[in-house]
Amino acid sequence: MSPKSLSPLLEDLKREIEGYARSFGLDFFETIFEVLSYDELNMVAAYGGFPNRYPHWRWGMDYERLAKGYEYGLSKIYELVINNDPCYAYLLESNADVDQKLVMAHVYGHSDFFKNNFSFAHTNRRMLDEMANHATRIRRWIDKVGLEKVEEFIDRALSLENLVDYHAPYIRRNPDPKKAEEEAKLNEGVEGFKVDREYMRGFVNPKEFIEGQRKKVEDEKLKAKRFPERAQRDVLLFLLDHAPLEPWEFEILTILRDEAYYFAPQGQTKIINEGWAAYWHSTIMTRRALKDDEIIDYADHHSGALGTRPGALNPYKVGIELFRDIEDRWNKGRFGKEWEECDDLRARRAWDKKLNQGQEKIFEVRKHYNDVTFIDTFLTPEFAIDQKLFVYGFNDKRNSWEILDREFRKVKDKLLLQLTNFGQPIIEVMDGNHENRSELLLAHKHDGQDLKSDYARETLKNLQSLWRRPTNLITRFDGKGVILRYDGQNHSEKKVDL
Amino acid sequence: MSLKIHQDHSRFKEIVRGKIKANLRKYVQKGEMIGKRGKDLISIPIPFIDIPHFKYGHREQGGVGQGEGDVGTQLQPGAVQPSQGHQAGSGEGDHALEVDVSLEELAQILGEELQLPNIERRGKEKIVAQKIKYTGVNTTGPESLRHFKRTYKQALKRQIALDAYDPKAPVIIPTREDRRYRSYRLQSLPETNAVIIYMMDVSGSMGDEQKEIVRIESFWLDTWLRHQYKGLECRYLIHDAVAREVDRDTFFHTRESGGTMISSAYKLCKEIIRADYPSGSWNIYPFHFSDGDNWSADDTRFCVEMLRNDVLPAVNQFAYGQVESPYGSGQFIKDLRETIGDLENVSLSEITDKEAIYQSIKDFLGRGK
Repeated sequence: MSPKSLSPLLEDLKREIEGYARSFGLDFFETIFEVLSYDELNMVAAYGGFPNRYPHWRWGMDYERLAKGYEYGLSKIYELVINNDPCYAYLLESNADVDQKLVMAHVYGHSDFFKNNFSFAHTNRRMLDEMANHATRIRRWIDKVGLEKVEEFIDRALSLENLVDYHAPYIRRNPDPKKAEEEAKLNEGVEGFKVDREYMRGFVNPKEFIEGQRKKVEDEKLKAKRFPERAQRDVLLFLLDHAPLEPWEFEILTILRDEAYYFAPQGQTKIINEGWAAYWHSTIMTRRALKDDEIIDYADHHSGALGTRPGALNPYKVGIELFRDIEDRWNKGRFGKEWEECDDLRARRAWDKKLNQGQEKIFEVRKHYNDVTFIDTFLTPEFAIDQKLFVYGFNDKRNSWEILDREFRKVKDKLLLQLTNFGQPIIEVMDGNHENRSELLLAHKHDGQDLKSDYARETLKNLQSLWRRPTNLITRFDGKGVILRYDGQNHSEKKVDL
Repeated sequence: MSLKIHQDHSRFKEIVRGKIKANLRKYVQKGEMIGKRGKDLISIPIPFIDIPHFKYGHREQGGVGQGEGDVGTQLQPGAVQPSQGHQAGSGEGDHALEVDVSLEELAQILGEELQLPNIERRGKEKIVAQKIKYTGVNTTGPESLRHFKRTYKQALKRQIALDAYDPKAPVIIPTREDRRYRSYRLQSLPETNAVIIYMMDVSGSMGDEQKEIVRIESFWLDTWLRHQYKGLECRYLIHDAVAREVDRDTFFHTRESGGTMISSAYKLCKEIIRADYPSGSWNIYPFHFSDGDNWSADDTRFCVEMLRNDVLPAVNQFAYGQVESPYGSGQFIKDLRETIGDLENVSLSEITDKEAIYQSIKDFLGRGK
């Protein structure tokens, strides 16, 4: 790949747009633009935005899709930006100047978001180098153990890559094992309540009570011998800690897990992040950067990016509209107890306290929210009606998708359900020594939706190849508890009561 | 220029083709490809390129959408796409993708897989068609080719630049200079002529399954020959004791009863060739499918005679495929094998079941005739 430095014209445009972005108060990493031809851009996009990844066919698969889409004129990548310090972004060589301006304005929005949103606080800001390192390390293993073997392992590990704990960077689930041990030791001699006068001991701490306490401690200890001590969401970490992996397998799995964690926040902030960037490209372009003769092309492309289709939610569209709605509400003071409790329609429609807190508010929102909290907090009934949101579902009888409901509560619940854990099932490790035969037991936290059972079986199979011993999954099909099991040769299924 | 990703890309293609290769028989068996034959595109679902995850069934999941419509309104097919999975930022979505393979590509895969040689053509290539290709936009041209959108856009640009545009009363009047026209180039397409004459026995002993086999096999023959010749013609003949020419649809769906006189089909075939396809400039492929249960030995002798004297000298290749019917399979293929089986442009194949289609295609097309 041969990144070209910006032409003097693009250099000028960049300086201009960057100036506007700063004047609006955006606070971003230094942003480097590189100009690429369309196949280079497709390659980088297939690599998830990075110029260098380890060899794997799935990049080729994405490349094929992107290249075909471009060649047939079905789709075009508008912007591609990496969360890194400095922030890297790519411009398509053949784009018109107005498009380059639009992309730049959009990218400064993203760059500001990456720098300031809490979700990205823990991410590696040197990921560009890190990805290249990962690629080199995996290539080295390929040279040593062979492409087929490594590729097969990656294919299997990818099958498990969503089994990480997306919230782990923000909270501590498992107490430090050493600390827990000390606590246990502290409780070992059960003395009961503190007794000031020795003759009161029998009354303050009757024998049965002491016995009970002792038993409790014993139970606790017994529990502690189970591993994991409590259900663990980060299945990959559990495998790294306990599965009998070869050194090369261990290293590759570590890499894949790191990358999954790096990309996770982008998945958690799709709507808010794209909405923020769209808000800013729109603001910068329409208020500052556009020349008269560029307006039509800009409007054409802007509306293209924000277009909606009935069967999918366009994150750009929902995001930008929500930000505008928030800005408007906080400008007019349409929030708080008084507003909530006002049910006089006329008063509501005319409501304007001229607070002008809109700008301040949206900057606050971009800092402290992700998609789930963004939607949960700011999606109002008015907004849902305005944006014509609906829930759709599959009608088995008519064998087609159809609109099910436009009721606000249902729309919002569905949307939140889709966003929580990226709309993926929550799976936890329950036991690494199931039935005392070092089998692995996972449990699916059933939330009303059944797993796709053929996929679940295949995944269990891949899991088995890493764990080496039989693997089990507790889940529910049609309301009945089931343990799926794969022992290395055969799948089996057993009913359980949950 | 070579990009790093091309390695991954060709690896992916190898896997896809590997899948197609490994499953080619399976597809052929199920006939999936025919059902999905659209305008010119065919979708081949790739079974395991989708790395399995623990996930919900999309149908069960449903989702949130945006737009007009009352409750109960059906969404357009194709409007609903599986929701983006995790790692949305990296551009990875749900991997359940169907790769669109054009018939052209499909034929290449077929050729590669079955190691089919390209066909040696007969007759001179002659220019038969001129095709108009729209290549660009010009400022002059006939009014019938005016590009309305571009003209309008140009006018809008001009008016805005001149400050003559009022968004409140958006009137746009293109002038002579604003007009844009599509421009085209004429391309000449050299073509050779080819015709397939399909003949099928529809006597009582040919059941649905036999016809399914014939249909699948003719789809592949068709695909390959279309790949080799632009402008391929097809003729369809059915016969029991008498033969007649029918359209494609009837060909695959008719079921007659009665006896079998194969000679009737060959006779009709001979007449068609004589009337419509002078052999000097046509590449002719008669394909005949039957269960081989001919009426009498006399009739078979008559068939062989006709083939030897009239049909074979005129055609590139005569192919006979004998499908096995519930009543067992007949004598005809043996008779042909003994009499004309050695001739260069005859290929005979027994298709015992769907599995055997694969081999049969190879028998028919493997000679490059």
